[in-house]
Amino acid sequence: MFRTTIIGVVLLSVAFTVDAKPTLDEMYELIQKQAAEIASLKDGLAENNAKTESTFTAVEEITSSPTAKLAEWATKTTMGGYGELHYNNHNSDNSTSSKDEFDLHRFVLFVGHEYSDTIRFFSEFEIEHALAGEGKKGEVEVEQAYIEWDYTEGHRVKGGVFLIPVGILNETHEPPTFYGVERNPVEKNILPATWWEGGIMFSGELTQGLSYDIGAHSGLYINGASSVEADVGAAGDPVLGKTSAGKYKIRDGRQKTSNAKGDDLAYTARIKYTGVPGLELAATFQHQEDVWQSETINGVSGVEADLIEAHLAYKKGPFGLRALYAQWDLDDNIETVKAGADEQEGWYIEPSFQLTKKLGVFARFNEYDNTAGGSQNSEKEQIDVGFNYYIHPRVVLKADYFDQDNDSETEYKGYNLGIGYDF
Amino acid sequence: MLKNMKMYFFEKTGTKRVTFVTLFFLFLCVFSLTSNKAYSATYQTTPEFLSENFSVPPSKAKSLWLTPELKKLSTEILSRPVRGMRVRYYSENDKTAWILEEIGKERPITVGVIVNGNIEDFHIEHVKVLAFRESRGWEVRYPSFTNQYKNVRMTPNYELDQNIDGITGATLSVWALNKIARLALFYHQQVLALN
Repeated sequence: MFRTTIIGVVLLSVAFTVDAKPTLDEMYELIQKQAAEIASLKDGLAENNAKTESTFTAVEEITSSPTAKLAEWATKTTMGGYGELHYNNHNSDNSTSSKDEFDLHRFVLFVGHEYSDTIRFFSEFEIEHALAGEGKKGEVEVEQAYIEWDYTEGHRVKGGVFLIPVGILNETHEPPTFYGVERNPVEKNILPATWWEGGIMFSGELTQGLSYDIGAHSGLYINGASSVEADVGAAGDPVLGKTSAGKYKIRDGRQKTSNAKGDDLAYTARIKYTGVPGLELAATFQHQEDVWQSETINGVSGVEADLIEAHLAYKKGPFGLRALYAQWDLDDNIETVKAGADEQEGWYIEPSFQLTKKLGVFARFNEYDNTAGGSQNSEKEQIDVGFNYYIHPRVVLKADYFDQDNDSETEYKGYNLGIGYDF
Repeated sequence: MLKNMKMYFFEKTGTKRVTFVTLFFLFLCVFSLTSNKAYSATYQTTPEFLSENFSVPPSKAKSLWLTPELKKLSTEILSRPVRGMRVRYYSENDKTAWILEEIGKERPITVGVIVNGNIEDFHIEHVKVLAFRESRGWEVRYPSFTNQYKNVRMTPNYELDQNIDGITGATLSVWALNKIARLALFYHQQVLALN
């Protein structure tokens, strides 16, 4: 009985096993289904290949299209700029200095282009006082236009028109970066900012935080000759007779690389330390071969000049401090034009405090003298106080009050309001 | 002609002009010859940065997908629209590494940032400028500047909780690094929140 049961179970298992295998018809049907699926996949693959090919073609068309080339050019070309509108209300015992006016003092556009990782172009195009042209008050100026080449790691050379590496404001003067509506009178009248020349300049890092600039460029031309200028009479006729005294102030010597006389060059060297966050220490020396550009004036010729400038800029948390000293030592020949003009010097100190992230206040004491070599007391002292209010980190509203004591016992004071921006 | 040139250089303005021109060329030659290193604005590669900051450098980058909400907050931090769908990062436990770029004045600055800590308390561990391509403001790459970011945390409104002293004349480069530091802290927070 047991044997019969076992045989029965085995036969039943075999029968079930035989039933689990597909029949030939079923296998044929399965193969047909798989073949259809493979054919479908092949179709899909072909379709995908066609799509991929189309994509490659489209990408190639896009990358080689004029639009793509324009986009590539655009990524290497940069634009920026800044501007400042001022309202000046100045009162002076000397009526020519009094003013009550609005002025779009500066509107500037930067354009730069990268030729390669190591060669670039940079330019600064400026319109001062909104309107330029004959009889207009403003000027159109190209303050920078140079090619810069990183000739080795950490060192570069530029050739063209560039800003002289001197002072705090001359190279960095976007309105949100400094206090005061107008730039300080020391850097304006002594350095004189904004000051640019044409030539060649090497720059680079000597060690961590210590950098240098050294270059040769066009020099100043201070026209010391007095002249009789043509004026316009009541009927519009030219009238001769207005005499202009010879010039002697450093600021009058800027040639702005406009058909600039190149008889005598100038050489500038600066050393700068920025190794501690918030701190900048710098000193500049410049030698001018002859600020009369080889002309003979009042029977004498040759006015060599040397500039020494040193400054400190420090910002720690909300506290800020800027201080600058500059001195020109000119040949005595310049005294045939103006007594005491052989020394021109000035200094200022400017503490500031950031009350909030948006509001900062400052005070500044300035002293400068364009005839410091004379025995007379001729320096000008000026006190400024004011604030900057940042409605955006790059958009600032400014206000300041100033009071200037002149050598001639005349008073000059007033206030300025301004809005400045850069982008 | 040579005589005219000699007159021009030596008799007109003395020897100064020719001396200076000669010095320029000498200066150029000395630096060109003595510098064996080819010019490069890249100070450290991403693999080098990871090796320096992880015991076992992560071989594969992960992705933080930028949802509309993340994009909105990233845009607020950078003050410009954020493009792309994801941000790549490297991580090991609660430590993340971010390689981010931001334009200073004209060209992008590439910065590596290491953030460490759990969702309750995280901070910047290390900041390194990997590539700097602008001609001004290079001082931001000095350790004396980047060390200021160590242990800096994020405030609830996505600001840095400590003051970073700037660099005169390099304000835009400093702002770019501040934005990158804030963004790395924000992204780190988002990664922890998702895990």
